[in-house]
Amino acid sequence: MTAFTNFGPPDPDSPAPDLPDPGQSGKKSAADKAPVVAFRNVSIAFDGPPVLNDITFSVAPGETRILLGPAGVGKSVLLKLCNGLLRPDSGSIQLFGEEIAAMPEEKLFPLRTRIGMVFQEGALFDSLTVRDNVAYQLIQENVPDDEIDTRVREALSFVGLEETFSFFPASLSGGMRRRVAIARAFINHPDMLLYDSPTGGLDPVTSTTIIELIVKERDVHRTPSILVTHRLQDAFMLCTHEFATKYDCMIPFPNGETDPNTTFLMLEEGRLIFDGSLQDLLKSQNPFVREFLE
Amino acid sequence: MAIIPIERTAKQLVLTMQDYSVFAWRAFMNLYTEPRYWSEFLIQSDIIGVGSTAIVLLAGFFTGGVLALQSAATLSQFGATAVTGQFVGITMIRELGPVLSGIMVAGRNASSMASELGSMVVTEQIDAMRALGVDPMRKLVTPRIFACISMLFFLTIVADAFGIIGGGAVTVFLNHQDGTQYFSKAWESLRYPDIIQGLVKPLFSGYIIASVGCFYGLRTTGGTQGVGRSTIQAVVNSSVLIILVDFLLTRVLLAFFPPL
Repeated sequence: MTAFTNFGPPDPDSPAPDLPDPGQSGKKSAADKAPVVAFRNVSIAFDGPPVLNDITFSVAPGETRILLGPAGVGKSVLLKLCNGLLRPDSGSIQLFGEEIAAMPEEKLFPLRTRIGMVFQEGALFDSLTVRDNVAYQLIQENVPDDEIDTRVREALSFVGLEETFSFFPASLSGGMRRRVAIARAFINHPDMLLYDSPTGGLDPVTSTTIIELIVKERDVHRTPSILVTHRLQDAFMLCTHEFATKYDCMIPFPNGETDPNTTFLMLEEGRLIFDGSLQDLLKSQNPFVREFLE
Repeated sequence: MAIIPIERTAKQLVLTMQDYSVFAWRAFMNLYTEPRYWSEFLIQSDIIGVGSTAIVLLAGFFTGGVLALQSAATLSQFGATAVTGQFVGITMIRELGPVLSGIMVAGRNASSMASELGSMVVTEQIDAMRALGVDPMRKLVTPRIFACISMLFFLTIVADAFGIIGGGAVTVFLNHQDGTQYFSKAWESLRYPDIIQGLVKPLFSGYIIASVGCFYGLRTTGGTQGVGRSTIQAVVNSSVLIILVDFLLTRVLLAFFPPL
């Protein structure tokens, strides 16, 4: 049985999936509660004033952090710092317990294989078919073709796009491309997921489909994640809904409850101005938070 | 105040040269460590080598023809039209074959590399590749450089051969001279140092074309307009560098293999 067969709904009698092990192989263990990602006083600038200034936060195993903020505030930059695609000017970033702020690029590649990332526009390789895009990491690992086909079909089935197996990205709609990108991020069963505005520019129906996939991954596999968005409705839906495996769809928590492991961060002009739960966010008296919410 | 832009431009130039040197060195050294992407090497060899054959062949043929036309007019003043074959052969093999094929391949492939990689940068495909744990330098740059070096070597031989054939065609059909004399003179006058000179140059040109094309492609900024800018910079800089390096190499090689 391949690791990917975990993509289906969990067996109700089986124990919940384990949490990520920051140490060795990428296999999950609930024992270690060390943060998956920890930022400490991180700052970065590009030929001008700092884009991010003195950012400190962490992501615990099984936790989903929703990063809110208006466009151009540095959300995508923060996400790219998480897996070393960008280097901070100062501060410390711990990923799976390893300091990556000054780690050489060659040493970052093995760490990055443990992270799934969904880019803003999907960032699919347009010269490759959907199958080769989704299987990109497996192809690099020289996984046999038969196994690749099986796992790609399972991943595409997870996002509801089995029929696009041999299509090229150019023939897909924006929403379909985003779902293929999600399948690519999920296929190797990552220890952490990074979503960069996964619903940006999509219609409400497609956005809900994408959010449902993210909720499904969160509740089925308990994969820690950071989700960047400026759309409040998507952020609130993530927090107020759970995935019901019985109905194979997302349903609201009863009695207005929220997911305790889904919390919020908010950026304003490169500074982290909020870190807390949905309730804390709604009660916040910070004028910027209030303006953003209203 | 005018000194400020000059200073900024000078610093920018030095910085670009420094970045290019580090980039080119890394791309070259990647060949000596795992992983190596041989399938990418073969794909690029097909794109660069097979794809450029027609333009190199035509450029070589007509350049040889023009050489024969021009030289025959001058040589006839000294009653030396018999050495047209020698003139065309040596000029094509030592100089024009390598430089012309280098510039033709730069026009076709440095631009395609810069625009392809530039588009990948602006659509975040390069970041996606890095995020998936694959080094774009190893996967995209190193195979292109070695494919370009090896293919330009053979393309230069094609350009040389078709240049001499083009010169022969003009000699026989337009200048109405003896074809056997043309080809035998071209063959007799050739020495190994001429061939070595002609075949060392494409190794350097191939390296320049691919490394400059990939370098400008991967440092693309500013969306689709930036892709266009990178493409222009790649073609212009690789063409100028080919001619500059050709001059330096000729100077060095002439010291090793002085003309008779």
